[in-house]
Amino acid sequence: MITQLSALRTRVLARWETLLVLLLIVFIWLGSSLSPYFLSGSNFSDLTSNLMEKAIMALPLALIIIAGEIDLSVESMLGLASALLGLTYAIGWSLWLGIPLVLAVGALGGLLNGLLVTWARLPSLVVTLGTLALFRGLASVVLGPQSVSGWPAAFTNFGFGDVPGTLIPWPFVVFAVLAGAFTFVLHRTWIGRQLYAIGKNKEAARYAGIRVARAKTLLFVLSGVLSALAGVVLTARFSSARADNGQGFVLDVVTAVLLGGVNIFGGEGTIVGVVLAVFVIGVLRNGLTLADVSPDTQSVAVGALLIISVAGPTAVRRIRSAWSNRRLTQAADSS
Amino acid sequence: MDRTVEAQFAPRLAGRIGLERTLALVARLRELGILVALAVIVVVVGVQAPRFLSVSNFEQILLSVSLIAIVAVGQTSVVLTRNVDLSVGSVVGLVAFVTGDLLKEHVLGVPGAILAGCALGLGLGALNGLIITVGRVPAIVATLGTLYVYRGLDFLIAGGKQVSAIDLPNSYLRIASSSVIGIPTLIVFAAVTAAIAAYLLRYSGTGRELYAIGSNPTAAELVGIPAQRLVFGAFVICGLLAGVAGVLWGSRFGTVNAFAAGGLELQVIAAVVVGGVNIFGGSGTVLGAVLGAALLGTIENALRILHLSQFWLQAIDGAVILLAVGTDAAIRSYFQRILMRTGRR
Repeated sequence: MITQLSALRTRVLARWETLLVLLLIVFIWLGSSLSPYFLSGSNFSDLTSNLMEKAIMALPLALIIIAGEIDLSVESMLGLASALLGLTYAIGWSLWLGIPLVLAVGALGGLLNGLLVTWARLPSLVVTLGTLALFRGLASVVLGPQSVSGWPAAFTNFGFGDVPGTLIPWPFVVFAVLAGAFTFVLHRTWIGRQLYAIGKNKEAARYAGIRVARAKTLLFVLSGVLSALAGVVLTARFSSARADNGQGFVLDVVTAVLLGGVNIFGGEGTIVGVVLAVFVIGVLRNGLTLADVSPDTQSVAVGALLIISVAGPTAVRRIRSAWSNRRLTQAADSS
Repeated sequence: MDRTVEAQFAPRLAGRIGLERTLALVARLRELGILVALAVIVVVVGVQAPRFLSVSNFEQILLSVSLIAIVAVGQTSVVLTRNVDLSVGSVVGLVAFVTGDLLKEHVLGVPGAILAGCALGLGLGALNGLIITVGRVPAIVATLGTLYVYRGLDFLIAGGKQVSAIDLPNSYLRIASSSVIGIPTLIVFAAVTAAIAAYLLRYSGTGRELYAIGSNPTAAELVGIPAQRLVFGAFVICGLLAGVAGVLWGSRFGTVNAFAAGGLELQVIAAVVVGGVNIFGGSGTVLGAVLGAALLGTIENALRILHLSQFWLQAIDGAVILLAVGTDAAIRSYFQRILMRTGRR
């Protein structure tokens, strides 16, 4: 029975990811009909490197949403990290000092989110809406309207260079390692199973001896650290530290996670789905850019995708349950 | 048997009612607290910069507070039902631009453009409401999506253009700048809107039903309150009021581009939670939300007068949201603990 159920679930999940692959193929086909340049290796390399900050932030957010919470503050932590890194570099710090400091600040910011959610028992929606404003505000306090440039060549090469001899951008290597680690931890270890349990039923998880508060706090810390890392990557890629770096990224990051099949109410989702969804959004935006649509206008499509990715499965589920209800009543009538 | 059950639960029931009363009292105290904070800011900043106390500065504060307050009233009706509308900033911006553009291109006269702007706001709110009630998408996801969809449409329509005051008819610009018996129309308008909303939420049946939905959605359904329809209605009202604010925004500032009112949603939500509207739904008043808007507007103005960095503004909004919800939670759990103890005895 249980194996049947899990087989069924795998099939359903596989179906969602198949859907994403199909969507990706359709978007790539549409893109290639737009411009002959679209299918070139260098375009895919650009497209990938444009995505990596969002992709890095989507990984911890997936775990947070699976555990039944949300973190809207990621883009502002990215901005704060970029601004702080800029400030420390401008006053003469080495990057070997600046980067660890920025990651530590990310951890602190995440800890603030986590403690407010678990210890003060506030809804993560409001907490991270507050820190969305707070971190961005602090970023502009730190750096004001200026930007810091003149970064060392090694740093900027990491940002927009490729692995020698290939078209693989360095930030993608970082993301691939992280995605591999996340996949392993979420799908192959007790930690992952605990997160699903927390998301399915927090109280039951607590009675089963899972330290729910500690797990959630650590997830927010992880999210803070990786958002700060995304800030470092973005600073290197743009070779410019600015307080408003990454503004509006929250849309793409949340869309990637929910389009990737993570249930907004927690308890379901896979990393493979999220990674696929990240690339769906990337291909969509890249195609629209080639069609001369401005990034702000592109957000109409991504915003619609976000809503559809939640409304669609809900509608399907409702239709399905209505169907099976009808079949049940028919069976009852005929017997 | 019945009697023992009653004996067991009566004190706890009394405790419950006591809790509600205490919380109502705390809410009253909240409004008083904001007034005290306002008074302290006025005195402290006034001593350092007498310009702060001038009538014209006071008017400036009230003008910017009025716009936020109108949106905050709509947001209150949504938050009361345990929902949230993150798209209000984009609605204000889109409506402001469309209204201005209609006037600039002489598509419609002033009354027509104003009506069109309000109708657009209402339509955008209705779309939010439909996605949430019919599409069953949680409000946070739905309105995060429409925040960017509406803003994107704004960019699509504006396409880098902007509407300037010279393009606009005087009768439109005068809506914000004219005054009724010495008080700017905008302020009168916000006050009337808030007063009507406060009355309806407090005394009308529908208003009370909104509170009921927020404090216990399941119970509200069980007693026959059409929860879905009312939540839809709350989003429509919220959109309409954001639309009204958008029309007034264009009238007040004259210059509107696609970036207008960006990030306004955070200010509005800050005002609402500072004003004591419970983010879990079910409690809070329009007066509180308006006072919250007034407090934030005064702080913003004080920073400017004292030549402190404008960059602090957003950080303050964020800190204020955290502080307000944190205080609420602390007070609530404190009283709950006390009542649990008395209930047991």
